[in-house]
Amino acid sequence: MAQINKFIRDFGWARIIIGLFLLGLFIAAPVFGVRVDASINDVIVRFGMNAIMVLSMVPMIQSGAGLNFGIPVGLIAGMLGAVISLEFHLTGLPGIAVAMIIGLFFAAIFGFFYGLLLNKVKGDEMIIATYVGFSFVFFMNIMWTILPFSNPASVQGFKGEGLRVTISVKDYWYHVLNDLAKIPVTERFAVPMGMILLFAIVALFVWLFFKTKTGTAITAVGSNPDYARASGISIDKMRIISVMLSTMIASIGMIVYEQSFGFIQMYNSPLAFSFPSVAAILLGGATVNKATIPNVIIGTLLFQGILTMTPSVINNAIDIDVSEVIRIIVTNGLIVYALTRGKGGK
Amino acid sequence: MFKDKRKLGKILTSSAVPLLFLVISGIAIPLSRFTGTYLVDQIITRLVRNSFLVLSLLLPIMAGMGINFGMILGAMAGQIGLIFITDWGVSGALGLILAALLSTPIAIVLGYFGGKVLNRAKGREMITSMMLGLFISGVYQFFLLYLCGAIIPFKSKGLILSRGFGVRNAIDLGVAKGFDKLLLLKINGVNIPLGTFAIIGIIVLFTVWFKRTKLGQDMRAVGQDMVVANSAGIDVERVRIQSIIVSTVLAAYGQIIYLQNIGTLNTYNGADQAALFAAASLLVGGASVVKATIPNALFGTALFHLMFLVMPVAGKYLTGQAMIGEYFRMFFSYGVVTLALILHSWKRQKDKELDRIGLRVDNQQLKTK
Amino acid sequence: MSQENALLQVSRVGKKYNENVVLKDISFTLEKGKILGLVGENGAGKSTLMNILFGMNVIVETGGYEGEIYFEGKKIDFKNPVDALNAGIGMVHQEFSLIPGFTVAENVLLNMEKTKSSIISRTFGKKYETVDMPVIREEAQKAIDLLGISLDIDTLVSEIPVGYKQFIEIAREIKRDQVKMIILDEPTAVLTETEADILLESMKRLSDMGVSIIFISHRLREITTACDTIVVLRDGNVVVERPVEGVDIRQIAKWMVGRDIDTKSEESKNVSIVDENDIIFETKNLWVDMPGEQIKNVSLKVRKGEILGIGGLAGQGKLGFPNGIMGLFDAGGEIFFEGKPLPLNNTLEALKRGISFVSEDRRGVGLLLDEPIDWNIAFNAMQVQDKFIKKYLGGLFSLRDDRSMRNVANEYIEQLEIKCTSEKQLARNLSGGNQQKVCLAKAFATDPKLLFVSEPTRGIDVGAKELVLNALRKYNEENNTTIVIVSSELEELRSISDRIAIICEGEIFGIVPPETDVTEFGLLMSGEYKINEEGEKIWLR
Repeated sequence: MAQINKFIRDFGWARIIIGLFLLGLFIAAPVFGVRVDASINDVIVRFGMNAIMVLSMVPMIQSGAGLNFGIPVGLIAGMLGAVISLEFHLTGLPGIAVAMIIGLFFAAIFGFFYGLLLNKVKGDEMIIATYVGFSFVFFMNIMWTILPFSNPASVQGFKGEGLRVTISVKDYWYHVLNDLAKIPVTERFAVPMGMILLFAIVALFVWLFFKTKTGTAITAVGSNPDYARASGISIDKMRIISVMLSTMIASIGMIVYEQSFGFIQMYNSPLAFSFPSVAAILLGGATVNKATIPNVIIGTLLFQGILTMTPSVINNAIDIDVSEVIRIIVTNGLIVYALTRGKGGK
Repeated sequence: MFKDKRKLGKILTSSAVPLLFLVISGIAIPLSRFTGTYLVDQIITRLVRNSFLVLSLLLPIMAGMGINFGMILGAMAGQIGLIFITDWGVSGALGLILAALLSTPIAIVLGYFGGKVLNRAKGREMITSMMLGLFISGVYQFFLLYLCGAIIPFKSKGLILSRGFGVRNAIDLGVAKGFDKLLLLKINGVNIPLGTFAIIGIIVLFTVWFKRTKLGQDMRAVGQDMVVANSAGIDVERVRIQSIIVSTVLAAYGQIIYLQNIGTLNTYNGADQAALFAAASLLVGGASVVKATIPNALFGTALFHLMFLVMPVAGKYLTGQAMIGEYFRMFFSYGVVTLALILHSWKRQKDKELDRIGLRVDNQQLKTK
Repeated sequence: MSQENALLQVSRVGKKYNENVVLKDISFTLEKGKILGLVGENGAGKSTLMNILFGMNVIVETGGYEGEIYFEGKKIDFKNPVDALNAGIGMVHQEFSLIPGFTVAENVLLNMEKTKSSIISRTFGKKYETVDMPVIREEAQKAIDLLGISLDIDTLVSEIPVGYKQFIEIAREIKRDQVKMIILDEPTAVLTETEADILLESMKRLSDMGVSIIFISHRLREITTACDTIVVLRDGNVVVERPVEGVDIRQIAKWMVGRDIDTKSEESKNVSIVDENDIIFETKNLWVDMPGEQIKNVSLKVRKGEILGIGGLAGQGKLGFPNGIMGLFDAGGEIFFEGKPLPLNNTLEALKRGISFVSEDRRGVGLLLDEPIDWNIAFNAMQVQDKFIKKYLGGLFSLRDDRSMRNVANEYIEQLEIKCTSEKQLARNLSGGNQQKVCLAKAFATDPKLLFVSEPTRGIDVGAKELVLNALRKYNEENNTTIVIVSSELEELRSISDRIAIICEGEIFGIVPPETDVTEFGLLMSGEYKINEEGEKIWLR
């Protein structure tokens, strides 16, 4: 009994309830004519699409800069990388590699200034990050219309200028990572190894980074800034590094998502990723000031599981589409819950 | 001498934001090619529509909880009130008053809940109130989409989606202009709805009076220093909850006034931007996250909406692109709030340093005495 | 003393925090309209006693107290400060509890505002009565006048000089209905001499009106001029209770510090030989802006291989000294290490040159509470000296060497007898004494040439205290490491140090050998005189 209690405490109620709910959905799926293998396939693909974005939360949480509600800053860098790569008409792996390199380059620059800004507003990072994300998206909306892109696939057909709302990558690098070393399991289920592998590589990098001297210092800054300062560590510098890292990982995450989705969604689309990414890592057991890679994996699996399974199973069962409302309540409820826990203000 | 400089600096930073925006709109107005009459008429309309919502933000700021992005809880309560009186077919000012009465208990319950939650998130009230707004918006959608018409009976079938339950996405309000029409004055093609202005006048008086009550005094004390207020025997948590309740109820009334002017209710995302625009208005008016006055709110509403009107058009004429105006409008709204939040947070850190330096100077004086 | 005239009677009061006895068998009496001066070293139990009298929550939460307290002849048992306020006891704390954005008048009547009722308030309740500013101003003015000071009641408190804030708080206390006794906790600590004189005057006025006062101060002169009776606390006991008449300052100092040196500390005296002229570290006109512990002007030489003790009462600046040198608070002046100048406000440089610091704020600065022991111990050495780093792929990248961190942690766990489940236990879950040992290990792991240790035994039990001090002594002897130890406990300083410097009001008042008579220490700590470099006494008060 004591062991069960400890397990519940360690694992957290929210995760257990949602985990059981998800399990229930999988068990119920065949009853309502939903194929389990197709469902698992969907969950895995969506995991691959979103996991890197969720992973991008880790460095900032670890350095004490809080939940990265400003993830659109990084996503936009990814979008920039993608559309610029299209300008070169590159296809396949080279196309995606160039997109990532350009994305990383912009993410590093954006991240630096974003980090500089967050250093000026210690204690209010989360609300300001949210609004910086919003503002940056609308600023870039103006840019998307006036920057001189020329690939006909990207620009609006009738005018020849200004980017489309959705840009298809079908002719360039659609499913390049999904199909790379794909392992078919059943007719409707194949493991998209390329995506999973890339996530593994980025995750390994993050894990190794937090074992370096700098990574250790960043963890200390997040754990107790006064302690770090007394050890001669520049808090501001460490925080900037962590913000840059988060932003850069987010830019890769965006490109991985796009190649799987088949479209580069422009304009307001980055806004749709902030709260789900934050909610996913919280669901995985992270708090406002501690996050690990297992948190990312568990959280993304559970969160995407719910998002995949509720529309298909529940809608088939009761013939009403409640998935959207469930998504809103679960996503935002999780975040509110996390914000009211842990150390509040002074 | 040193102290005076410090004071001057503080005054300058507090009026920097409205000055900046005054200058920008000064440049943009001629570019937009709008006529003076049109602009005046529009500004009056926007004041009628929005100032009540903006005023609802004042009390939580006074109580030190920052901008109550959770005011959309109240806005949703107001919308529920409007939906029900539309269903019952009550129209005119009477309908609006009934809607307000109906929304009051809902807003009180939501405000109480919101206050409780924010008491558990001291130091990060703003982000929490914002997330709480999004969370409750999910509950609100659930209520209207699945319960209304199914469990909660509706008389008017026209309000219900064709599938048999759930409220329609857009509702024409029978109570449109209910307050505006009460005492409508027309001067040179400028409409001045005196009735609604009277209601806004009442809320202004209420706020002035409220600040002077014992409860208002307690809120000011709590807003300045929770620890000191607590040690003086003020029930800090209770006072904070009360400020959120009042704010939420006022926001409900504000949303009703807003929608009666617009005339149609966008059921599911009509409240989404309410907090953003209200916050932006207040901040453009020179308020900060810790200090906001009634003139800030009224002046800010006028200035913000003037820019909101003028900037996209000016942008369009400048660049020749139509969509840019719309994007610019949104960038501008979010940008204002972002800038104000950053300035305030940055200023707070600076002030702390200035105070320390001031203390050092005081000490040096002590030593030389 | 006539019993019927007594306002407050404290009888056989005792208090324990867990097993730690802080007050034993305290008894004294305070008469109506009299001023009682309460003196004692830090940790003598003054604060605990005041917390009991004022019904602070900490007391109830930690199991209440023993003995009885009578106020106006009735036995009292306050559950919270509000009870105490209602009974007529007011307290002015060391930290100002004023609202900065309120005027003086508003602060004097904070939460006691006079209000006017209206129709609305009669319907909805008293909270909706409007605040009556004219009456508030009038009442505040009366209270301020009563104190005999001139202060504009419409000024915001944020714009009032520090020295006057105390008066606003006192005005607030006397504004309470039927206040009978006011507790003033070190009210003169932040005041200049003239301001302090005004305060003493105000106190006398109040006592003439029949208000009794408990006055806590480290300035003994103030006690002898303003008080009627004096109570001296030492180690949780009342050592003296008597009328002030005929008491001289030297005597008070001696009562306060008490205890003659016992033989135990003699035998454990340091054996290392110190060359007076071999200076390892020097400060010139150092100032440090540490809130509440400011250093104003300190020039000090530290000899190589010695243990230098730094003592002084709380709030006088002794803590500011190491914190400023390590760059944790703004500092100015000049410092030299091993003959070369050391830049101020640069923590990393100080650490790199071989200076280490064990902070007095163990949980706030000294530890990563949410990280394991080995992290805590190895962190500084890793960040500053690149220890515990392992290179991979021919130096392409390097990672934390978790194994060697574990090993060094285990070494120190054994050496310092740190009680823990393993080196992976979180620092948060250790007891105070063991946390302190982890802090020491962190400093030792960097092999410092100069070690600053601040309040090493604060809040830890007797056994651990002994261990910590022995560890320091041993480290000094074995490695010839120079140690500067800052402590509030004079006895501890005397047992371990080669020399003791006393800091008072942000300056060094004297450097004396540990065998010096305790009375001298008491007088130095309360700033009665200074000893200059030639060893002459300069009387200040």
